[in-house]
Amino acid sequence: MKYLPLLWRNLMRRKARTLFTFLSVAVAFFLFGLLMAVKNGFEAGIEIAGQDRLLTIHKVSIIQLLPLRYLEQIRAVPGVAAATHSTWFGGVYQDPKNFFPQIAVEPEELLDLYPEYIVPSEQRQRWVATRTGAIVGRKLAERFGWQVGDRIPIQPTFWRPQDGDGDTYEFDLVGLYEGATPDVDETQLFFHHDYLMERVGDMGQVGWYVVSVADPERADEVAQAIDGLFANSPAETKTTTEKAFMQGFAQQVGNTGALLMAIVAVVFFVILLIAGNTMAQAVRERTAEVGVLKTLGFTGPTVLGLVLGESLLLVGGAAGLGLILIWLAVPGLRPLVETFLPVFYVPARSLALGASLAVALGLASGGLPAWLAMRLEIVEALRRR
Amino acid sequence: MRWMRQTAAVTLMNLKSLPRRWGSALVAVVGFAGVVAVFVAVLSIAEGFEQVMGTVGSESTALVLRGGSDSEMSSGLTLEQTRIVKQAPGVRRESGEPVASAELFVIVDVPKRSTGTAANVPLRGVEPGAFLVRPEVEIVEGRRFREGRNEVIVGTAAASQFAGLELGNRLRWGEATWEVVGLFEAGGGVHESEIWTDARVLQPAYRRGATFQSVYTALESPESFQAFKDALTADPRLEVDVTRESEYLAAQSRVLRSLVGVLGNLIAALMAVGATFGALNTMYSAVAARGREIATLRALGFQGGPVVVSVLAESLFLALVGGLVGGALAWAAANGYQTATMNWQTFSQVAFSLRVTPALLVGGLGYALLMGLLGGLFPAVRAARLPVVSGLRQR
Repeated sequence: MKYLPLLWRNLMRRKARTLFTFLSVAVAFFLFGLLMAVKNGFEAGIEIAGQDRLLTIHKVSIIQLLPLRYLEQIRAVPGVAAATHSTWFGGVYQDPKNFFPQIAVEPEELLDLYPEYIVPSEQRQRWVATRTGAIVGRKLAERFGWQVGDRIPIQPTFWRPQDGDGDTYEFDLVGLYEGATPDVDETQLFFHHDYLMERVGDMGQVGWYVVSVADPERADEVAQAIDGLFANSPAETKTTTEKAFMQGFAQQVGNTGALLMAIVAVVFFVILLIAGNTMAQAVRERTAEVGVLKTLGFTGPTVLGLVLGESLLLVGGAAGLGLILIWLAVPGLRPLVETFLPVFYVPARSLALGASLAVALGLASGGLPAWLAMRLEIVEALRRR
Repeated sequence: MRWMRQTAAVTLMNLKSLPRRWGSALVAVVGFAGVVAVFVAVLSIAEGFEQVMGTVGSESTALVLRGGSDSEMSSGLTLEQTRIVKQAPGVRRESGEPVASAELFVIVDVPKRSTGTAANVPLRGVEPGAFLVRPEVEIVEGRRFREGRNEVIVGTAAASQFAGLELGNRLRWGEATWEVVGLFEAGGGVHESEIWTDARVLQPAYRRGATFQSVYTALESPESFQAFKDALTADPRLEVDVTRESEYLAAQSRVLRSLVGVLGNLIAALMAVGATFGALNTMYSAVAARGREIATLRALGFQGGPVVVSVLAESLFLALVGGLVGGALAWAAANGYQTATMNWQTFSQVAFSLRVTPALLVGGLGYALLMGLLGGLFPAVRAARLPVVSGLRQR
């Protein structure tokens, strides 16, 4: 601690150089935070996917529907704790650009199976009781300025009404859900499957099933049992854990994680060189001073510590600033990316990773100059001017 | 003239002394190269995707969908409607028959080769007219499917990205077994990511009755589009959207293009700011190292202008080298890399290759030179303003 003023004076010796290095490191960590927020956005669905939940979809492809009568058969499979069904609606609110998922569900079963969707109990009751009722995520309501009590008109794409009552679905917004964690997608709309069937005529078909298992250890066994039930039928099924499904889905978009990490690696390599160059220059031009310090009785390890302390102070301070700035900036950026990335924030574990990277970068960039300064002979140092 | 000579002399001397300062020069070069490599590599994704979506979309092919559907996926047309569409004015005829194809567009789960995870591969049911509407489709191995048989042909891009689509393989989808009887190319366009079969075989397999999702028609000429569209829109028996195929595909690549474009430019801009600060460091230290030399030149009668130019020339030279290295790295790492992504409009996979285009490389170089200019400007001005006396005293 007592050396802090010395470190500070050393950094302030060349203000421009320190400032430029500081800013380039700060920008690098700002970018790091941004990329981690994007990466987390792509992977959030996988993160929160319940280990005890299975998804049963049509084996040929997810766009094909499954008979509703499978539900009771699935519930009867040993090891199944609960099951419900969902159907993709795929409608348009005002303009196709306003994309968000709309899903037809059984309200109570959905909320029981997904405890991470938190709905106030009186809104939940009203939803269950309102046939045309819908609930939406908090962020979705903010995006379009919806209030509970609003009517939301949605144009269908596949599900054309057959009841002669117009072409539009009007949903009564009876409640909002919030995610139990920041990784929960708060941009969906859920409504009654019964209402959908009433408009299109009951087809006895649903999009997919969600199954919760009593014992996650036996999830694979249960999945096989479910698929076995419908083998060799006109609509065979494929059951996987929700996590595996989400992972497979992310893979369909592409290997975004690897791409983003490659960019992060390039950024840090460049920054390591910039910061390392600064420290090398700083120590080189102070060679004589190091000689003086040693003459005054500073030991080699102390000199090593001084140089490392200087680079840690420089890189650590800059990294801290960059991470704080991105953390403040992300809420402002969210509306821009919301359609693609419903979940967008800098996770705490990325901030922690950034902090440890900052320490590593500080040590790596100061390491060689510090080592050389420690090994420097007094006579040599004083002669070399 | 004298000014020019001075400038040339100082610049040459400056560049010749670069090897003495190689350490910090290298830092600047790596900084520039990193920015350019990331910029070019990320944007090559958008270029490659656009290439696939833009290649085949013909001006003289029209696509008819049910009104209000934004893609083939959500469209639906009855057999009767498709017949009316084919008979509309403006459709090209060959030996009296309209050149058109009513089609089904569904997806089928096929594992991705790279990961083994299931992917939504587009499966298109076509009529014989499809090969006339899209003359670029060419069988490169095997043969076409026979009508009424459970046979498919597979686009070459799909065959290389997804597992089990080799010639002669049998695929079990639902209750039926399908045989791969041919591989086809489609001029590098989006259809190479698809699997094709006879629409009339696909209808019962996907329980679509006698319905279709789209009609592709060859027009007599690009200009007959308006007449064709007007005729269909005015027809009370139809409620359809009519677009040129080229516009339909361009609209589908817009989302990915804007996403990748925004992300790539944002990342590159932030990196460029960081690298410019690195370059400023390099150039300030270069000016500092040459302080005495510059003062000597000034004492000999050299003007400030040539000194400014020489410093700028050095930083632009470093930027040029960095830009070339970065562009070359991006080209080596990304160009031609085959991958596939989700086309959100059709909810299905599109296989494509990353493309490092000359325009991208030029853009990257421009980026590097801009950084070099910004990084060299202030140090250059400082060099010219350095007082001669104190510069000479400097050791």
